[in-house]
Amino acid sequence: MTLLDMNTFNELKESTGEDFIKELIGTFFDDAVVQMNEMKIAIAAKDAETFRRAAHSLKSNANTFGATELASLARELEMMGRENNFEVGNRLEVLKEAFESVKKELSELR
Amino acid sequence: MSQPSSEPARLLVVDDNKVNRMALSRHLELQGHMVETAENGKEGLEKFSSGMFDLMLLDIEMPVMNGFEVLAACLKDPELRQIPIIMTSAMEELDAVVKCVELGAEDYLTKPINPILLRARVNASLEKKRLRDEQRKLFRTFATKEVAEELLRTGFSLGGKQVTATVLFADIRSFTSIAENQDPVETIDLLNRYFSMMFDAITDNNGTVNQMMGDGLLAMFGAPIFFEDHREKAVRAGLKMLERLKEFNQEQCEQGKTQLHIGIGIASGKMTVGYTGTQNRAIYTCIGDTVNLADRIEEYTKEALHPLIIDNYTREGLPDDIKLDDLGRIIFKGKNQAVNVFAVRGE
Repeated sequence: MTLLDMNTFNELKESTGEDFIKELIGTFFDDAVVQMNEMKIAIAAKDAETFRRAAHSLKSNANTFGATELASLARELEMMGRENNFEVGNRLEVLKEAFESVKKELSELR
Repeated sequence: MSQPSSEPARLLVVDDNKVNRMALSRHLELQGHMVETAENGKEGLEKFSSGMFDLMLLDIEMPVMNGFEVLAACLKDPELRQIPIIMTSAMEELDAVVKCVELGAEDYLTKPINPILLRARVNASLEKKRLRDEQRKLFRTFATKEVAEELLRTGFSLGGKQVTATVLFADIRSFTSIAENQDPVETIDLLNRYFSMMFDAITDNNGTVNQMMGDGLLAMFGAPIFFEDHREKAVRAGLKMLERLKEFNQEQCEQGKTQLHIGIGIASGKMTVGYTGTQNRAIYTCIGDTVNLADRIEEYTKEALHPLIIDNYTREGLPDDIKLDDLGRIIFKGKNQAVNVFAVRGE
């Protein structure tokens, strides 16, 4: 089963070009690592604003590539940040796993 | 996909998210535009303030200064508010987007960006801006800048309101005989040069040239936009008109051409201002006793052999450096009471 909405992905690829999308995917990967790290640190520091913002950006990027599952996990965390709720349980680990799967799939498409 | 032709424009993309900045810029560049980016609201506002852009795509959710704050700052600026802003946001931020559009954003787009919608919204916004610019230019040709701005802001409706302001009438002496004795093309050229000189003198003193009737003109000070020293500004404009005319006559004399002499009448007080005419053809003008008085005073300048005469209420608004001669009380045609008038000698 694919983790990506291929309509969204293909549309992006066709409208921006093959070389460009490789670069864009690379930026997404790099930034996602930073964003997940920020979220981890923000939880420890009880910094809801930074947490929310990082989750928001990750969600936005996941949506750009049609990674809908990853996007909804990030969105859930963004909402928790908005409500100052740090009881995230294992959600960060789940998020990381989802990201790794998306990364694998996008790398193959690249 | 149909590709609506569009002029390349200079666009500013403001988004804190690099992936969004890259994707948006790429789409827009492929659509033929020149794109610059900013990483947060503050940087975006600084770049946008340069006035170099035709349109801004503005993210709402940003650190340092969010899109909402940037939008509000732009709308406060009389120049920046003319440039369209398209808000970009996540689907679930629709509440915030609605707020932005109500505040004055031109349009919005949800992320991830759909390139077809992006093209349509950007082109429509640029086209609307182009039409508005053209309309503004046209308004400014036939109306004054102030009237044009008021028309664009409040829309057109016939009817007036009462204000206290100053009216200035100016007329060229024996213009009919000048016109009779020279080529019509030359007469029009002479008039145009004369008007352009008088307009400068008036607008430099915040006046609004309201009507031109043949060789005469009517200017208002303190309306449509009120300012406290409308009386002083009107008199200084009158003096400036005479000064410019003197220079003009020197040049005309050197070239062996016709010299012009004018009379200026100024009166201040209550008057009714607004649009008169029909729904299809109207002008912004002023009516009332004060306006008639200024007209009568202008006529009186011929008899008094002084080019610039004002009424008593105008005099009361002048500082000491303006030198006056009391011409006494005059009974004008159509008036019951005598009016004290003064000749302005200079600054």
